[in-house]
Amino acid sequence: MTVSTMGRMRRLFVLLVAATAAATTATLVAQTGAPASAFRALADEWLTYSGDYTGRRYSALTQIDTSNVGQLALRWVTRIAPGVPAAAAGRFGGFGNAGPEMPRTISGFGTGALNQSTGRPARIVSSALAVDGKLYVSTLDNAWAIDARDGRLLWHYVWKTQGGTHTGNRGLGKWKQWLYMTTPDNYLICLDSRTGKERWTRKIAELDAQYFTTTAPIVIDDYVLVSPGNDLDAPGFLKAYDADSGDVKWTWYATPQNPGDPGLDTWSSLEAARHGGGHMWIPGSFDPATRLYITGTANPTPAYTSQNRGSGDNLYTCSLVALNVDTGKLAWHFSTSPHDTHDWDSAQTPVLVDAPFGGRDRKLVLQATRNGYFFVLDRTTGEHLVTSKFSEEANWAKGVDKRGSPEREPSKDFHIGGALVSPQNAGAVNWAPPAFSPQTGLFYVAMNESYAMYYLTETDPRGAMGLGGKEEQNVATFGTFLLAIDYKTGKPRWKRHFPGSGSWGGTYIGHHYLTTAGGLLFGGDPGGNLVAYDAATGDPLWHVRLGDVSNAPQTFMLDGKQHVIVAAVDALYAFALPDAALPKTATRK
Amino acid sequence: MMTKVLNAAATGLVLVLVGVSVRIVAQAPEGHPAPLQQQPPATPSTGRPAAPQPGPAGAGPAAPGGGLGGSPRREQDKAAVDRGKGLFGVSCGFCHGSDARGGSTGPNLWRSALVLTDQSGAAIAKVIREGRPDKGMPPTPLPDAQIADVVAYLHSLPVGGRDQVQQRPASIVVGDAVSGERYFQKTCASCHSATGDLKGLAARYSDPRQLQHAWLMPGSQRGASPATRRPEVTVTLAGGQVVTGALARIDDFVVSLVDATGETRTYTRTASGPRVEIRDRLEPHRRLVPTYADADIHNLTAYLVTLK
Repeated sequence: MTVSTMGRMRRLFVLLVAATAAATTATLVAQTGAPASAFRALADEWLTYSGDYTGRRYSALTQIDTSNVGQLALRWVTRIAPGVPAAAAGRFGGFGNAGPEMPRTISGFGTGALNQSTGRPARIVSSALAVDGKLYVSTLDNAWAIDARDGRLLWHYVWKTQGGTHTGNRGLGKWKQWLYMTTPDNYLICLDSRTGKERWTRKIAELDAQYFTTTAPIVIDDYVLVSPGNDLDAPGFLKAYDADSGDVKWTWYATPQNPGDPGLDTWSSLEAARHGGGHMWIPGSFDPATRLYITGTANPTPAYTSQNRGSGDNLYTCSLVALNVDTGKLAWHFSTSPHDTHDWDSAQTPVLVDAPFGGRDRKLVLQATRNGYFFVLDRTTGEHLVTSKFSEEANWAKGVDKRGSPEREPSKDFHIGGALVSPQNAGAVNWAPPAFSPQTGLFYVAMNESYAMYYLTETDPRGAMGLGGKEEQNVATFGTFLLAIDYKTGKPRWKRHFPGSGSWGGTYIGHHYLTTAGGLLFGGDPGGNLVAYDAATGDPLWHVRLGDVSNAPQTFMLDGKQHVIVAAVDALYAFALPDAALPKTATRK
Repeated sequence: MMTKVLNAAATGLVLVLVGVSVRIVAQAPEGHPAPLQQQPPATPSTGRPAAPQPGPAGAGPAAPGGGLGGSPRREQDKAAVDRGKGLFGVSCGFCHGSDARGGSTGPNLWRSALVLTDQSGAAIAKVIREGRPDKGMPPTPLPDAQIADVVAYLHSLPVGGRDQVQQRPASIVVGDAVSGERYFQKTCASCHSATGDLKGLAARYSDPRQLQHAWLMPGSQRGASPATRRPEVTVTLAGGQVVTGALARIDDFVVSLVDATGETRTYTRTASGPRVEIRDRLEPHRRLVPTYADADIHNLTAYLVTLK
């Protein structure tokens, strides 16, 4: 028996133990009406942003594997047409983007004039939910139900927006027959998944205060968790809504709001803390055993000219935080970028992994953050275990302090003559979902290596607001890489350079991954290909050029066939093996 | 005088309407925490019950001016803004700063949640009139018309943090030209010459920042031709045939080039070939980038701007 086989058997055993534990938990929570299988290993369905609550984007499905992936074939393509159809907007038909006929609900407090039918609303950057033969997919201000068997659109919901920063919508949440979506003008909307009709709407935050909401609601039992974003010095908060009534159960602020609040000593004043940012604009992960919702918080504000924030860590911005889902109380926190000065939020998906570490099985949380660092913590206590700089070029920190947090080098904040900083503002990583395979023990993430000059343009000693006060100009890029990071050390086990890859920015900020028990890693590449890699080696085994892969590939079972779906801008593609290629073996681990 | 009376009347009307809107806001505790106005619950677990809100099917709130990139303010009467600016300077600027961006004791009002969300000015008027005794702000007993002018001024301030308020430095040239020349001789002179290829360099760039980028990484300056960054590629086919051209695109599966005749040629890439060699003449510059200290950059630019 080779060492590697022993390792594999040990990992299999750990997997079995984890699966048993997860099944027990699922039985316990099934009574509450939550999407119980989101507590189990990801397989037949895709029930929440990351498929299950772990954030691993690891599917137990094995029908498609390294031996047969080369035979993947297209099942269907569906193109979405967002926006308010011309006829419905009160104009003569024929000029708008009506799209195919289907039941359509048009709602919202806007006039419809701001609902573009092209541009970002036509770009799918969300995870679809795959439940019971239906797909539920969303873009900015729009949602659709799709028949998963042939891609037919079943209904369309349009929200007439009042405005707000339109970056991207990350997807829907589901509880019983109800769907939940957020809008850039800060509404949480409950829809009937059967009809696309509205049940209720709730205002999450004030548009006039420059909030905008893009996150996918996360449903845990009958809580619906949402958090808006804001680029003008408003405080970040997470709200738990009652899935049924829409009542707010609790609100947690990322920065101190009252005298005596914990963390206030890391700010210059309460006024500064109340304008401190820390928005949780990417969904977090959930550990049912501890009832902890673990999420990353974004940058402090003002983002660049930090003098009015004081010299402290600016808690709880740029941190991993663990909140008790029943009370909204903070259980632990870890600062992944203390006193950030580059708008490098740490909102990236935390990945929950049960795996051996330091000679025993541990419950871990892994996160690769925009500042170029990778962290491993004990997710039950927040105990720091590993910090590693996965970006070779990142040059903004002096080193790692005794707590395990990177220690910023203030001369790299900015300079009137320019400070040469790596990474550029878009970061070494950004929102694009990473993946983790328990088979390989590897954390997969797309990284960009780049340098930019950060020029201070605000000479007023009070500094600027929001994202103001500096101008950034890119200098050089060393390209984009697919990294496979060993969670035990935080070091890449292998690294794949994408030939021809340049700088990223705008909506092109990374590639998104799915890994499966079939030994595969699926993801987009800078050439616009959907690629299936060997998860162990990174060798490409199959690819198809779709033009611009805009979300993370997903997988589910339907009629005994494993499907892989992915979006390329405004089209959703579904792939499966042809009947003749279907293996006769079990379909999952 | 006439204008004043009309203004006062208009303000009165506005305030009546606003009273309604303010009550709605007060009953909607779900919104922005309005840190200056109300305290979040001491015990978040009990939370605040959500007030039912009218669905879009019912009577929705009046739509604020909206844009996809934020919420531009509605236009203000210029005369009122001018009067309000003067009043603000006299009565408020000592604490809030003469530009309302914060002073020694008063907060920045450009980003104040209360100012941002108070569409009609009623909440601002209340704070001006009554002050905030708990925070040390005294009441400022201005007449309603003057308060309306101050509100108009505050609402004329642009919304958004992105470089709205910057005072641009005079120049990015902050280094020492003598040290810069020394650095040039040591690092650059093996390929470049101040009297040869770089003669008159500074005359080619009116903005020193773009000159700085042109030497930091040729092609990274604004307005640079994309051709500057396009490498050459040689593809050696299985039969030994060699094709050379400008690299159009490459990924793991294809390589595409434009040959000397202007024809685009694309080849499939597999593990067994063809062999692809990319010659990026900018590579030596790229390799240098991580080695530059900020002081070297500033000094070298200070030297290069003298090469008129």
